[in-house]
Amino acid sequence: MMLDGLYQEIILDHYKNPHGRGLRDPFDGEAHHVNPTCGDEITVRVTSDLTDISYDGLGCSISQASASVLHELVQGKDPAAAAEIHHAFVELMQSRGQIEPDEEVLGDGIAFAGVAKFPARVKCALLPWMAFKDAAARAGVDVGASPEVKA
Amino acid sequence: MSFDVARVRKDFPIFDREVNGYPLVYLDSANTSQKPVQVLDVMRAHQERYNGNVSRSVHTLGTESTEAYEGARARIASFIGAASPDEVVFTKNSTEAINLVAHSAGQMLRLGPGDEIVISEMEHHSNIVPWQLLCERTGATLRWFGITDEGRLDESQLDSLITSRTKIVSVVHMSNVLGTINDVSRISARAREVGALLMLDCSQSVPHLPMDVRSLGADLIAFTGHKMLGPTGIGVLWGRFDLLAQLPPFLGGGSMIETVTMTGTTYAAPPARFEAGTPPITEAIGLGAAVDYLTGLGMEAIHQHEQDITRYALEQLTAVPGVRIYGPASVEGRGGTVSFGVDGVHPHDVGQVLDALGVEVRVGHHCARPVCSRFGVPAMTRASFYLYTTTDEIDALARGLDQVRKVFG
Repeated sequence: MMLDGLYQEIILDHYKNPHGRGLRDPFDGEAHHVNPTCGDEITVRVTSDLTDISYDGLGCSISQASASVLHELVQGKDPAAAAEIHHAFVELMQSRGQIEPDEEVLGDGIAFAGVAKFPARVKCALLPWMAFKDAAARAGVDVGASPEVKA
Repeated sequence: MSFDVARVRKDFPIFDREVNGYPLVYLDSANTSQKPVQVLDVMRAHQERYNGNVSRSVHTLGTESTEAYEGARARIASFIGAASPDEVVFTKNSTEAINLVAHSAGQMLRLGPGDEIVISEMEHHSNIVPWQLLCERTGATLRWFGITDEGRLDESQLDSLITSRTKIVSVVHMSNVLGTINDVSRISARAREVGALLMLDCSQSVPHLPMDVRSLGADLIAFTGHKMLGPTGIGVLWGRFDLLAQLPPFLGGGSMIETVTMTGTTYAAPPARFEAGTPPITEAIGLGAAVDYLTGLGMEAIHQHEQDITRYALEQLTAVPGVRIYGPASVEGRGGTVSFGVDGVHPHDVGQVLDALGVEVRVGHHCARPVCSRFGVPAMTRASFYLYTTTDEIDALARGLDQVRKVFG
């Protein structure tokens, strides 16, 4: 079934057993993002040294699994490494499936390569990443310019 | 069988196609309906053979176009039981019709602080936001009916909600999420008692129910063409003529004037007063053809078919483990729009798995976020039916939901 590309086991695992879920104190920056077309919501908190990235939200398997992967990949990284991962993930999601993701950089995030082929779901996957970027900016952490989000 | 759904489906070319390798199962008619070849042919013929601008040309094409456009207006008027075609104003859609009333009635009534507008929690955003904007412009206050646990309008506070301060009441006739058909007789009587205007959003009711505006008890209704076999880009505002005649214009421009000088303008009588600029001519003619098609089958027969399908769907969905239906549990006082949740699975994921099986449903907040909030969920999955829906398609939906539970179980 063509859904196999979308609902990879890795994504379903993160959805059913999310990493780092739940909002925690202390934090230095927080952002709340919504997807106005579907009503999905996420709140992301970060500390200025990125040693904690916490989140909570309501949403589909793609957006929730994406938040879990974000937590796993970016927590504890320095800003330059966080920026590289952020850039790579956004680029992958906007590739329409034309990019071969680098597992060294994206870890479990490579499972989202299939999501890029479903334009209606790209926004779901990007929701936590955009909220993270805003939260980081509010904590004074620059994770760099990401490719423009058009979806 | 009086209603031959197999024959009806032959009129809709789209049912020949497949989606993701499966026969199309289209369960999203509350979003937009499919179009029969009779509507498509009329629109194409108009563009190919009769195209001219309306109401302003002495030439033959202009005259034929005007006759077709006004003919469509007359048939739509008759379809809803209007006293005269002059009570039918063509708009872009229901949203524009409601915005028209919010502007023009707001101005006519000279709304200000202390005045109140009453809507409900059951509304589509198009029957919320124009009134919020009107309140922001004028200082009037917005109030609303709640929804009961059964998915019906909560009228328990009717007399304290609609009072002498109320100037406009605007509520939905049939909910686009819950499927509830609101009996508006008490609201209508109360609005009349206090001298408030009553507007009904009939976007979901006119396509599916026999409609007689003279016995409905409303002063104004809005509906849209693309949900009733017609094209997008054409909607209708119906209003009592004596009321329309008092309303100031909404948009200004060509066609809506009586005479224009550099220092001022006088306005045409309704409906032209509210149709500034070249209207969607082909679309209006297409909607006229849609009304002919519906009339040919009979709205009572269509409604009965949808009741049968809805009864079957409620039974089938209730039998799927983990499915919760929002809205009336039986077909009494409800139409063929059924929203539900699947325990532990987000509606986006439900919709994605169903789509992979060719089953097209809507997921999300359905442009009625307060309804979702009322039931404590961010989103719902919605299956909506029409004259071409079959029990086989309901079975495909139920099988699809089994697949959903397998993927996310």
